[in-house]
Amino acid sequence: MAPAAATASEARAGVRHWAAHPRSGGTLVLAAVIALAPLVLANNYSYEVAIQVALNAIVCVGLNLLIGYAGQISLGHAGFFALGGYGSAILASRYGVPVWLSIPLACAAVALLALVIGRPTLRLKGHTLAMATLGLGIIVSIVLTTEDKITGGPDGMAVPPLALFGWIVQGERVWYWLAGGMLLLAVWLALNLIESPSGRALRALHGSEVAAETLGIPSARYKLQVFVLSAVFTAVAGALTAHYAGFITPAKSSFMHSVELVIMVVFGGMASVFGAVVGAAVLTILPQFLTVLKDYEMMVFGAVLVGTMSFFPQGIVPSVGRWWARRQP
Amino acid sequence: MSSAWLQFVASGLTAGAIYALVALGFSIIYNASGAINFAQGEFVMIGGMSAATMWAAGLPLSFALPLAVGAAVLVALVVEKLAIEPARHAGTVTLIIITIGVSLFLRGLAQLVWGKGVHRLPAFSSEQPIEFMGATLLPQSLWVLAGAGVAVAALSAFYGRTLMGKAMLATSYNRLAAQLAGINTRGVLFASFGLAAALGALAGVLIAPIAFTSYDTGIMLGLKGFAAAMLGGLGSFGGAVLGGLVLGLLEGLGAGFVSSAYKDAIAFVVILAVLFLMPGGLLGARSSDRV
Amino acid sequence: MSAAPLLRVTGLSKAFGGVQAIQDLTMHIQRGAVHSIIGPNGAGKTSLINMLSGVYRPNAGSIRLDGRELSGQPVHRFAAAGIGRTFQNLQIFFNMTALENVMTGRHLRERCSLLSALLHTRALVRAEAACRETARALLRQVGLAGSEDVPADALPYGALKRLEIARAMGAQPQLLLLDEPAAGLNATEAREIDGLIKRLAGDGTTVVLVEHNMRLVMEVSDHVFVLDHGRKLAEGTPAEVGGDPRVIEAYLGIEEAAHA
Repeated sequence: MAPAAATASEARAGVRHWAAHPRSGGTLVLAAVIALAPLVLANNYSYEVAIQVALNAIVCVGLNLLIGYAGQISLGHAGFFALGGYGSAILASRYGVPVWLSIPLACAAVALLALVIGRPTLRLKGHTLAMATLGLGIIVSIVLTTEDKITGGPDGMAVPPLALFGWIVQGERVWYWLAGGMLLLAVWLALNLIESPSGRALRALHGSEVAAETLGIPSARYKLQVFVLSAVFTAVAGALTAHYAGFITPAKSSFMHSVELVIMVVFGGMASVFGAVVGAAVLTILPQFLTVLKDYEMMVFGAVLVGTMSFFPQGIVPSVGRWWARRQP
Repeated sequence: MSSAWLQFVASGLTAGAIYALVALGFSIIYNASGAINFAQGEFVMIGGMSAATMWAAGLPLSFALPLAVGAAVLVALVVEKLAIEPARHAGTVTLIIITIGVSLFLRGLAQLVWGKGVHRLPAFSSEQPIEFMGATLLPQSLWVLAGAGVAVAALSAFYGRTLMGKAMLATSYNRLAAQLAGINTRGVLFASFGLAAALGALAGVLIAPIAFTSYDTGIMLGLKGFAAAMLGGLGSFGGAVLGGLVLGLLEGLGAGFVSSAYKDAIAFVVILAVLFLMPGGLLGARSSDRV
Repeated sequence: MSAAPLLRVTGLSKAFGGVQAIQDLTMHIQRGAVHSIIGPNGAGKTSLINMLSGVYRPNAGSIRLDGRELSGQPVHRFAAAGIGRTFQNLQIFFNMTALENVMTGRHLRERCSLLSALLHTRALVRAEAACRETARALLRQVGLAGSEDVPADALPYGALKRLEIARAMGAQPQLLLLDEPAAGLNATEAREIDGLIKRLAGDGTTVVLVEHNMRLVMEVSDHVFVLDHGRKLAEGTPAEVGGDPRVIEAYLGIEEAAHA
């Protein structure tokens, strides 16, 4: 066969194989959902919710790498979220940095922070790690609330809109495509990582840290890498949320927000990228329905959490997946 | 200068005694189940709020206080039976999330029943501050310290002298061995929830006259109590008490001499320092994987 | 001994609280040979293996591989230097399939940066395919050819023992430490492990194994060390050690009536 023809048939076989693979299949489905959802999104409010879902899902995909794959825990990730948002907002509004630059700068700063605090923090395990991340998140929250000259204090601060090449990114529909696109990017990156030797190393750490080390996997370095990566995902989502909403408050860094993020990951399914997306979707959309219940909202949310974790302790997606697998002949 | 010290030490110890009680609750449930009960702070809130409501309804303190503690214990036992016991074999992360769900549920319920307003209890004896070596002490502070002291003494008598207490201790050392020895570990978990709630609610009624109470006071107190338990070594009872007092002291002194705006942050900075330098806590044991 | 030893252990000691697990141990591991470490329970065998793989840090003494001092280094550096191991209590990655377990074992032989992982470069795809092939070959070697995509938590105990060996071999170690590879196996399975160890040694891997199964030890070993209460009691060929009265006494606690 001539070299060009050989490569072409190889490529076709490659594409067929790729499309049949469950992971790439899942990405296709997600892309289809994102592309087709506007058909059912009726008004600005539903677009708003969809954008929230996408941005939360970006955080959850990153956090899932840390919690589900690497087997670590963080009860303070809302801190990274808020720092991404505030960082970009402060750079843009007080120092006149254009937003398309302030976002990556803020995220780079968050990455640096994660690198510095990650090293001592990830030496801890289990409850001590949970407590340390919790403490760090709360300290961020308190600083953001107290340093009101820079951050605007408990009432938060206004955030300038995102502008690309002179064109201001505004409006629900535009943001929908931006958020959806970023989500697809995040999912693609996460799936790539998981299927690589680095991804296996992470899962090995979760499976048996000592065995992983005896295979030459430096656990501290890998944990730090995935911690920083998840912090960057979270900061990006935080910055985008801030520029979309036009303002940001310290509530974005609260312990409750950190807890919500962890719950989305666990609810959707650990060690499942699409589980993280589903978890984010369900737990972002559900409270919207519950606002109808007004005063009962918190109670019902709590009851739903208890119920779901009691019956689906592995999370929704793996449980549904197993139920589906059992139904096959 | 010394009177300022005394002032901060006094308020610090008062807060510390409260944290110690909450921390004991965390350690007790951790020992019985291996999980962190994020609803612990809500027991504190239920204690304070129930007492405040009952007193406002006309009940004298001597009835309101024990009834409030009893109410919190009742709630805890119901929660344990409905939400915790069915999930007792689940992983710790699952249990943590379930307790977070419980805490949200209880807070939502409290908001429904009591609204978002702030409630208060009168001081147990006198509202009149006491002058002591240049510092101003609230009589309620003495009640807090005394109440906490009595509770700790009662708890150690319970663990040391009663059969049930010893059974709970045994379960905390090694659940499987305790089961094999015939101890009903489900019952131990049930009792642990009740006990933790009683301690939390006691803290709630003791502090309500000083710090007031509302539907969301449970969050911060729960977190700081957790921090205190970790500071002393999670699962260690002496550690919980020590951790609570040390945390309260550092917070009081820090707020007084360093910065009062960052008062809440002090607790968490202290925790981080301890965790990075002494992950087992002050009194906790170091564990290692056996391969 | 003509050639320089692969591993030179000198004056190794380890205490846990008041218990002296290993006391002033000196041993030389010769290249390409199969060494066994035997001794009654509590003799310190697993503690020794843990120190030789870097999992425990010795209180005193030195561990030199090819002249390079390893003692005090983190575990992954021991692995990078060429020491692989299996565990007495299985440390299989139950969250992966059998093939993925062995592919993880290839970690040291793969070069993968975070960036190339995230971007799924073509080079990475090729490297992954090669890794998969090598892992398949290793599974064939240990007799697990059909179980590649089986989740590890669905495999029987005997298969898992062999999987752990395949995984450790993935890194192509110079020195392979096997901690009770035949524990819990029936006679047939133990004979398979026997054959596997002989094949590994035949390929040039230096093997050190801790075992209680005396038949396996006698059949497979070139050199035997006997530990008792943390000290080296005796060493030599299987025959020499088997007839040594001190060894017999340590195992059976029977005093020789020779003094009568």
